[in-house]
Amino acid sequence: MSSFRAPPRKGENFELAADLNSEYKDKRKDAIKRVIANMTVQKDVSGLFPDVLKNMQTDDLEQKKLVYLYLMNYAKTQPELVILAVNTFVKDTDDPNPLVRALAIRTMGCLRAEKIIDYLCDPLQKCLKDDNPYVRKTAALCVAKLYDLKPELVIENGFLEQLRDMIADSNPMVVANTVAALTDIHAAAVAAGVPRDQFPISTDIVNKLLVALNECSEWGRVAILNVLARYTAEDAGESEHICERVVPQFQHANASVVLSAIKVVMIHMRDISSENLSKTLIRKMAPPLVTLLSNPPEVQWVALRNINLLLQKRPDLLSNELRVFFCKYNDPLYVKVEKLDIMVRLASENNVDPLLSELKEYAQEVDVDFVRRSIKAIGQTAIKIDEAAERCVNVLLELIGTRVSYVVQEAVVVMKDIFRKYPSTYEGVIPTLCANLDELDEPEAKASLIWIIGEYAKKIDNADELLGIFVDTFTEESYPVQLQTLTAVVKLYLQKPESSQGLVQKVLNTATKDCDSPDVRDRAYIYWRLLSTDPGAAKAVVLAVRPPITLPRTTVSAVLLEELLGEIPLLASVYHKPAETFVGRGRIGADTVQQKKAELADDRIATQKALQTVAAGQQAENLLDFDDDVQGDGQPSGLAATTILAQTPAAANLLAGTSSNPLDDLVSIFGGANLNSTPAAPAPANGLGGFGFGASPLAPAAPSITPTALSPQPPQQPAQGGQDDLLGLF
Amino acid sequence: MASLIAILDLKGKPLIQRSYRDDVPPSYIERFLPIVLDLEEEGQQVTPCFTREGVNYMHIRHSNLYLLALSKRNTNAAEIILFLHRLVSVLVEYFKELEEESIRDNFVIIYELMDEMMDFGYPQTTESKILQEYITQESYKLEVQVRPPIAVTNAVSWRSEGIRYRKNEVFLDVIESVNLLVNANGNVVRSEILGAVKMKCYLSGMPELRLGLNDKVMFESTGRNARGKAIEMEDVKFHQCVRLSRFENDRTISFIPPDGEFELMSYRLSTPVKPLVWVEAAVEHHKGSRIEYMVKVKAQFKRRSTANNVEIYVPVPDDADTPKFRASTGSVSYVPDKSAFVWKIKQLGGGREFLMRAHFGLPSVRGEHESLDKRAPITVKFEIPYFTVSGIQVRYLKIVEKSGYQALPWVRYITQNGDDYSLRTALEKGSAQIVQSV
Repeated sequence: MSSFRAPPRKGENFELAADLNSEYKDKRKDAIKRVIANMTVQKDVSGLFPDVLKNMQTDDLEQKKLVYLYLMNYAKTQPELVILAVNTFVKDTDDPNPLVRALAIRTMGCLRAEKIIDYLCDPLQKCLKDDNPYVRKTAALCVAKLYDLKPELVIENGFLEQLRDMIADSNPMVVANTVAALTDIHAAAVAAGVPRDQFPISTDIVNKLLVALNECSEWGRVAILNVLARYTAEDAGESEHICERVVPQFQHANASVVLSAIKVVMIHMRDISSENLSKTLIRKMAPPLVTLLSNPPEVQWVALRNINLLLQKRPDLLSNELRVFFCKYNDPLYVKVEKLDIMVRLASENNVDPLLSELKEYAQEVDVDFVRRSIKAIGQTAIKIDEAAERCVNVLLELIGTRVSYVVQEAVVVMKDIFRKYPSTYEGVIPTLCANLDELDEPEAKASLIWIIGEYAKKIDNADELLGIFVDTFTEESYPVQLQTLTAVVKLYLQKPESSQGLVQKVLNTATKDCDSPDVRDRAYIYWRLLSTDPGAAKAVVLAVRPPITLPRTTVSAVLLEELLGEIPLLASVYHKPAETFVGRGRIGADTVQQKKAELADDRIATQKALQTVAAGQQAENLLDFDDDVQGDGQPSGLAATTILAQTPAAANLLAGTSSNPLDDLVSIFGGANLNSTPAAPAPANGLGGFGFGASPLAPAAPSITPTALSPQPPQQPAQGGQDDLLGLF
Repeated sequence: MASLIAILDLKGKPLIQRSYRDDVPPSYIERFLPIVLDLEEEGQQVTPCFTREGVNYMHIRHSNLYLLALSKRNTNAAEIILFLHRLVSVLVEYFKELEEESIRDNFVIIYELMDEMMDFGYPQTTESKILQEYITQESYKLEVQVRPPIAVTNAVSWRSEGIRYRKNEVFLDVIESVNLLVNANGNVVRSEILGAVKMKCYLSGMPELRLGLNDKVMFESTGRNARGKAIEMEDVKFHQCVRLSRFENDRTISFIPPDGEFELMSYRLSTPVKPLVWVEAAVEHHKGSRIEYMVKVKAQFKRRSTANNVEIYVPVPDDADTPKFRASTGSVSYVPDKSAFVWKIKQLGGGREFLMRAHFGLPSVRGEHESLDKRAPITVKFEIPYFTVSGIQVRYLKIVEKSGYQALPWVRYITQNGDDYSLRTALEKGSAQIVQSV
């Protein structure tokens, strides 16, 4: 064997060619092996094509396989010569040994050379009707290969009809491969924009598949379940029937069978009216889902991503199973992260104590990323469960007590969110937080602490001193910190004007004169103007009541969630993104996307909406870090557009009428999340609305921003809740 | 559906690859590792599936290899990832160990297997027993050409016909693995029993088997009063030979078994389990000089049982040196590469209790990450024969074959640790573990 790996000698290919033409059988076979060895290490042996081809006709099955393998690799580079192989191939499809027949038809389908395709049809026709099921199952997939190369040939030769007939084959494996081939053809046809459904599924087919389902191999079951998922049931009774027949598959040892079965049940459950039956089905789903966690970590991860989606749809699905999601010490990080997310989803009043003690344990592990996420999870739990908030805060305080830098910083960020949710409840904590002021070096943590100080300036005796520290180093701080400092000082001034007159003057001076960020400067100018003209209006704007924050129950929109649940366990449901966002523009997906654009304008809009939702959803995950909000303001479109826009009545109308904007829903769902990816037009609207004016509606006629136009209006809350969220900064 | 499957070494170089569809050129294989490294550098996690420029990368790790599948479509991720795992187990059965060397030495047969196990990106036959019948390492020695075993496409795709044994025997192993997690104050936070019924089947012909367990659900549905205890299995998974619809209807486990060794079923119970082997450690940490451990082990099961090959791993700081041990039973050794010492006890009788002490030196100079002590749990390995935690029992195994032979079933029970039997009970004495709440 070692000779296969010998370093290239001079004229190695020449020697190989000589051996391939040797009169001794063993020598030839050995030479073929060496050729394949060279091919494996990616040396170019395409020049030996004719010599290898000569060895194709043989009784030695292993040798035949090797030659076929060689052909598959180099057929594309030598299209002229492939034709020489056709005879042997066709002859092999008549061989008495089914293994040889199947091998020939399988390999011919893989050659992908134009020249040979036309010779494929006759043998294929024969093999589809072969006595041996092994040959039939191979031939069935070969039809899909042919369709991929030349769809016309498949249709002209009536292969499609033949495949449809084969669904009734007596052999379950043949049925499974037939179904896989038809599904593949269907997908290719849809991608190519063929209007006709190449694989219509009838009740009759479904019944045949339900029988085959119990008899075929695990992978065949996956193929069949995928087809059942595509089927639209005639009535509720049929849906029930399908669910009942599929449920036993939950007991299968193969995780992809289990997940596919869950998909089928989730889809057909939509049509089931009986509340009892739905409940039973959901109950039966829980144990197999939990057992998926005994798989290898990569499979666990796929399962966890899908469980996450299922929980968004059915929060009660695993309500008693929190503990199985506790992280194992040796779990890979990607598994731990998913488990954390699911743990927060499952958190309830009943299980919050074990959850918190577990999260506290994680927060003291070594992996920094995991520790941070665990602390974040504690904060999310506090926001989710009112009754547990105090316990969460206590855990956070204990963690702050460890004085490990990144733990403290993350805890401060999380505390800020808790203050947002439960205003004036945990003021006792503030001194502890302030004591750690020196430890903070990350902008997000600093900004959070400054926000807290500004918010509770009235109750913190030395608020002016604390903020003074940041004002002194103002120009050295990062922009988010600068913006926070600015706002916090203004808040302080509005609450305790007597002690902070100097400070506010100083910060406004520095921010407008020495600061190189236009956003910081602009905000400072606005404050200055507000304060100097009408402090009352300034109070109404800066100290407005903020709506409470909540934990989003779903990370994707309801429509997208339904779509993704129908794609368990495909990549879409693993990524939590619709397939359009990642499917390649390869030979199948290619031009189709373009065609679709023109034809299905409506769909396009729907898709785009879905995409935006995804973007927003991703932002929403970060809802709790208000760093996002800061950057939201930092968008040039925000303020820069304001002055120009607001002066034209049309734009003002646009602003007033934002509720008709479909994006508005998104905005209010996801709070102040920054819609980076929104189309250009609505973006300034959001930016403007978010930028402080949200609190008091802009009179459509207001030609310029004057305090008089703003002040008489009472702060408005309801409709623009989402935009007000941004005000948290002020 | 996968367009291409490749096995890569740790440097990302493909050792062997097979294209099943044309839509992803093999050059994308070489892009895999750079993407992984980029992700790591950016501090993002590398998940088993990710997408780049319209190509989806799905991968698993096996020792020092990556197994990678590429696809352009919205592929069934669970199927492909599982297939990669299955490919590993088939190759391991063929070559004992799967590593760079064994791949290079056996590329011919690996190509054959890849050709047989997947067609046009769809998994086909992955049962290594069946594959071994027609893809062999010595195929050229055969006088007769091999044919596809009927089993490949049979409804019974896992057993060939015409098997003959002089003595018909079945061995059943009921193995329960206990996973549990105990927190610092000694409470069991999480526990589960993962059970498996493994069979070694030496039976002639096409035998029909029926297995009876003390399954509570079945007893209830048949209205039968169980003598003794019945157990409630939370979730049961079966080998593909078991008729699932039959089980769904009346909880009967009936099947035609594959030949030889296989796992018939697995089940899970999350009933609370008392830690069978209890370990706790008191740690005295003198920063910069030494660290001392006192470890106590207690066998919390009945006296008539014995735990064999008990191994207790107690984590120590990475930089600990000069170990000294004293144990009242068994032997202790230091395993620096695991940052732990292990206490091995050959036999631990039920109800017995033992102590050991360990002493390590610590370097006087420490890095700045001093406060970041790893808080790894104590882990335990053990085996208790003739005993199951759940109380599961094989009531009968009926074997019917048309030739009417008599066959004897042998049953064995064993309880062992699962892959996560950990106790966070290494407590530091004295030093403030964590500052109490304000």
